[in-house]
Amino acid sequence: MTISSSMLLLILGCMLVTFIPRVLPFIFVRKIQMSSIVLKWLSFIPICILTALVVEGILTDSDQLISFDWQAVIVLIPTILVALFTKSLSLTVLIGVTLMAGVRLLSGT
Amino acid sequence: MNAQKPFLKEISSTNSFLQGAKDCAPTLFGYMSIGIAFGIVGTASGLSIIEIAALSIFVYAGSAQFIICALLVAGATLPVIITTTFIVNLRHFLLSLTLAPYFTKESFLRNIGFGALLTDESFGVASTRAARDGRLYAKWMDGLNLTAYLCWAAACTAGAILGQWISNPHAFGLDYALIAMFIALLVLQLEQSQSARLKLNMFVVLLVVVSMIVFSFFVSGHIAVLLSTCFAATIGVVLSNDD
Repeated sequence: MTISSSMLLLILGCMLVTFIPRVLPFIFVRKIQMSSIVLKWLSFIPICILTALVVEGILTDSDQLISFDWQAVIVLIPTILVALFTKSLSLTVLIGVTLMAGVRLLSGT
Repeated sequence: MNAQKPFLKEISSTNSFLQGAKDCAPTLFGYMSIGIAFGIVGTASGLSIIEIAALSIFVYAGSAQFIICALLVAGATLPVIITTTFIVNLRHFLLSLTLAPYFTKESFLRNIGFGALLTDESFGVASTRAARDGRLYAKWMDGLNLTAYLCWAAACTAGAILGQWISNPHAFGLDYALIAMFIALLVLQLEQSQSARLKLNMFVVLLVVVSMIVFSFFVSGHIAVLLSTCFAATIGVVLSNDD
């Protein structure tokens, strides 16, 4: 139940490289007036990054070869439908997870 | 004009700390599932309960924490693990850059606090709120961030303890909670689009999907996320001519 010194170093290092990109914009944006074109660019970031994270979640990348995680792709469609119809974040997550567990149970993986 | 859209029944229009905590609630299931899964994976990777708790408290980055475990098991060196963590979390730069303009009037220290506790999920909730209201409140943001942070630390630690008994969180589909959450947040964002912008937004989403697949052939998934986001947002700006 202890932390080794190398683990401590690892945690500190990872903390720093996580902290810096998160905090930097909050520091310098206070000083700079951003142009309208940059703000417009930023307005696209939420939909882009959320889409990218979803795609990252359904791709399995092992070095140079990429392929689709077919179980995730199959569950993706009903999950989108649930989000569209229930308009609820909690329900989408709950049903998505249940469907995923179901698909994995059926396929025996 | 979109203020009455039914989707945001889970995200209200008051701005207290408590309301921020409440608006965090729908994402808590995700934090708990992934946090518990991380605790179990951490234990399986040979980390102690305290090490798992320390990772969640000080690093506080879901996917990076999983990758740290995987690299530890693979016997990677310290510089490799830290560099990989940096790359995985670079996308937070974009997230912070998107939210920071809403908090320029707040103090320096508070801004550091907002940045330090920013995650994909809290970003999703906050940017959706911002898309609807056109502004964000510091107290609400604190409530959202702190609730998520405490829940994450608790879930990871609980998972570490559970890890002694459960060996395979994969079978419960818990890892899918995160993807399902991103899907819901994305649908939320698109519903917030004004009708003139919806077509363009849909096109940008499609562009991200295609570029993600293409970029993934050449670079790691996390770099692909950054590249395709920047690429598609730039095309979005070029194509938009509304103002």
